[in-house]
Amino acid sequence: MSFFRVEKLGIRFGGVVAVDDVSFEVKRGEVYTIIGPNGAGKTTIFNLIGLIYPASSGRIVFEDQDLTGLAQHRVAELGIARTFQNIELFEHATVLQNLLIGRHRHRSTSLWEEMLFTGSVRRAEIAQREAVEKVIDLLDLAHYRDSRVAGLPYGVRKVIELGRALASEPRLLLLDEPSSGLNPEETDEMAFWIEDIKKGLGVTVLMVEHDMNLVSRVSDRVLALSEGRVIAEGTPAEVQSHPAVIEAYLGGAAVSPPLSPPLSASS
Amino acid sequence: MRFVFKTNYDQDIRLFKHSGQVFWYGLLIAALLVAPSLVDEYVMSQLHFILIYSIVGLGLMLLVGFTGQISLGHAAFLAIGAYTEALLQARGVPFVISLPCAALFSAMLGFILGLPALRLKGIYLAIATLAFNVIVEEVITRWESLTGGNTGQHLKPIVIFGYSLASDAAFYYLCLALTILSILAMMNLLRSPTGRAFVAIRDSEISASCMGVNLAKYKTLSFAISAALTGIGGALYAHKVTFISPEQFTLLQSIELVTIVILGGVGSLHGAVLGAAFLIVLPQLISIAKDYLPGNVAGSGLQAVVFGVVLIGFIVFEPLGLYGRWLKVRTWFELFPFYRKGMFRRQKSYMKSERLR
Repeated sequence: MSFFRVEKLGIRFGGVVAVDDVSFEVKRGEVYTIIGPNGAGKTTIFNLIGLIYPASSGRIVFEDQDLTGLAQHRVAELGIARTFQNIELFEHATVLQNLLIGRHRHRSTSLWEEMLFTGSVRRAEIAQREAVEKVIDLLDLAHYRDSRVAGLPYGVRKVIELGRALASEPRLLLLDEPSSGLNPEETDEMAFWIEDIKKGLGVTVLMVEHDMNLVSRVSDRVLALSEGRVIAEGTPAEVQSHPAVIEAYLGGAAVSPPLSPPLSASS
Repeated sequence: MRFVFKTNYDQDIRLFKHSGQVFWYGLLIAALLVAPSLVDEYVMSQLHFILIYSIVGLGLMLLVGFTGQISLGHAAFLAIGAYTEALLQARGVPFVISLPCAALFSAMLGFILGLPALRLKGIYLAIATLAFNVIVEEVITRWESLTGGNTGQHLKPIVIFGYSLASDAAFYYLCLALTILSILAMMNLLRSPTGRAFVAIRDSEISASCMGVNLAKYKTLSFAISAALTGIGGALYAHKVTFISPEQFTLLQSIELVTIVILGGVGSLHGAVLGAAFLIVLPQLISIAKDYLPGNVAGSGLQAVVFGVVLIGFIVFEPLGLYGRWLKVRTWFELFPFYRKGMFRRQKSYMKSERLR
């Protein structure tokens, strides 16, 4: 039984084939990164996994359950949480409320109990807050607990979004460009957290990332995409030195000694 | 300024955050309880309307302010509640059964209206709900064998377990009790997972869905709860005016109900009550003002003009409504002399993902 795998996944928008016949497998407990130039189809793969787009072909299998054809919200209920490249937080709610939404799949109370706010609802709410508090501690968000998201800086929002995904206690965490828009120190912190999430919480991470320093630091394996197709898979070092990857980033004519290593800088 | 130092999770959950709130709300409830013996018949009647419209406002606030779904058809639910109550009473059904029936029947139709909301957003949803309003109004007018059409329906005073609520004070206490219960139910809902799911849908449908919120379920649920409260309001309204006919539940009524939400302050329960009070008091103020105005200004169109100006004024200068204004005044006093002008300025949200829409 594989933990998570994608089989011959494809989607086309009209005449554009955004993702074409992509297959890969993520092992339990690893950090698996998808890289590729702009427009390679990385985020599209995330949206396919999240069932935001219906796949034109192929299967997505999580712990032997085929996701294709399920309702969108079922993905989170199965234990897959994600963050967004451009941050999709609940702007007019506090940080605490945002994280509590992450606990939605662990709710246990019915509508009538909630309207009456019975003892069981109160106990459940306190338990939810205890769980959220662990995430707040881990990501060092205590300072912002009761502030509204709308006024917070970008770097903090990025962490809150990670926190919201973690609050759902996922088994698979999808991170869409966790370092985009962050300064070097914040990226450094993000790398620590990803390692913590993997080792401390035992959560498997599937990540899309541009910053090759971050990628080679935290990833166990890397998949390179170009124009919707897989061009290389392996350890970060293997993929970085793969000729097809170098060609995809720098163009065919550029494969000459002076330009290596080509992917050490973030793009 | 009061700082609440939190030492346990219960402090986040409880309804009253500190003793000051207990005191002031206690005072308010005490004042409302003794009101019947202090005010005259006319003011009493206005209080009836404020309480009834508060219940309706709470229902609409849940939908518009907390779930982010617009409805221009809530007068239809008011009508459905009113007619259910009138028809059941005419057939001898006791009030303790007919009122829940009015709420339940409204909720069912609210659920049905919620179904198109799964596909429609913004202005298109407004049009769909507007159409619903027109359909319901038309059905009530044409279905004369059941509703009496334009002849309308007369209602008798409410009787609960043999005790008649014909007096103003008794009806007032019934409305007050139902309003307080509605407010408590809404507050409880909003501090539990269902309420958070509503707010999540309002702020970002895509990430709500990615966190496991079933959009279809919660949107229709929000419509149903909202319609149920409006139905209860409708039933009370029918008893208040004792005569109902289709022309009381037109599109104009729906717009007035939305006005409650906007004037009161979108996204606050206080706003629903404040908006309702404002909607009832403003026409009275206008009619008092008419005595002092020259005849050609104090025509019948004056009220519509004032309403329009007030609405535009609020949208431009105070989008947070009456409750937002109250918050600013309170903060000014709490922080005196450190209040800054830009403290409540709303931040533009930036970097919103466009590619998923």
